[in-house]
Amino acid sequence: MIARALPAAQISRILRCILRFVMLKNAQICAAGIALFCLTGVVTANQSAQMQRYEKLAAELRCLVCQNQSLADSSADLAQDLKREVRTLISQGKTDAEIKAYMQSRYGDFVLYRPPLQGNTALLWLGPFVGLAGAAGVAAWMMRKRKSVRQEPSAPLSEEDRRELEARLK
Amino acid sequence: MKLKFFLPLIGFIVLAGFLFVGLRLDPREVPSPLIGKPAPAFDLPVLGANQRANLATFQGKVWVLNVWASWCVSCRDEHPLFVELSKRGELKNLVGLNYKDRDVAAQKWLTDLGNPYQLSIVDADGRVGIDYGVYGVPETFVIDKRGVIRYKHIGAVTRKAWDEKIKPVLAALDNQS
Repeated sequence: MIARALPAAQISRILRCILRFVMLKNAQICAAGIALFCLTGVVTANQSAQMQRYEKLAAELRCLVCQNQSLADSSADLAQDLKREVRTLISQGKTDAEIKAYMQSRYGDFVLYRPPLQGNTALLWLGPFVGLAGAAGVAAWMMRKRKSVRQEPSAPLSEEDRRELEARLK
Repeated sequence: MKLKFFLPLIGFIVLAGFLFVGLRLDPREVPSPLIGKPAPAFDLPVLGANQRANLATFQGKVWVLNVWASWCVSCRDEHPLFVELSKRGELKNLVGLNYKDRDVAAQKWLTDLGNPYQLSIVDADGRVGIDYGVYGVPETFVIDKRGVIRYKHIGAVTRKAWDEKIKPVLAALDNQS
């Protein structure tokens, strides 16, 4: 009823106005939505990267109470505390090396599941290779000895032996 | 030729030697990297008192930091020795670190069993324990006048450990300026 009372030009102006308003709002909502989407994307990507680092560190650090388990495997009270500590340090932006050094300065090399190569662990790291080299040496030595035995021409049979051999083979 | 026959025996003796030494090592006794290093700082409430204590509180004297908790079974083993030593005046500056305990339980424990500690500081969430590399209660640290950790004992302090290890360390440190 009102529409009929208003001139067509006015109606179209109002409509255009409404349309513009709706479009503007839509654009804003769209932009906000995209921003939010990107942000959550970044945050979750960041979180999953941190999560991966946390899981890797927890698997590489030893639980000192149940000594043959990593922090990740252990549900001991101290392991929980140390895992909490690792999470805190990650969220503080510490690098993996810094976190390992933090643990090492408190609990010693023992806390690292992979012992560092240094003076007192040289035997541990190099021992197997020394053993392997030794075994290879012994094997080579034995093979050479056997070969030299085989290469020696056997002494020809004496006349007496030949006669006995023939007698037995008959 | 003779040597060849003895080689397996020699190998066996070397291996047996390693295993024998291994038998006598206690895997629970992880050497602390903190020995010879300054004691980590802390600022913690004092058990049963409305005050706090920090590292500076104990500066200038040789003191013993004993990590204990009311839930810790081995602490009951070593406690009578500490009570006796403090009563006889042999162990003067004994400070307790009440580790991951409840205040009420800890205070009841001291009332029931005696309190050999000059004071006990409360490490409710175990953060200071981590700084000190505590992984099993009880643990006992000897800290010198300059605040450097000089000795660490893991597990209950027995009379033998006191006489042979801790007491000589304390005596040597007391004579230092």
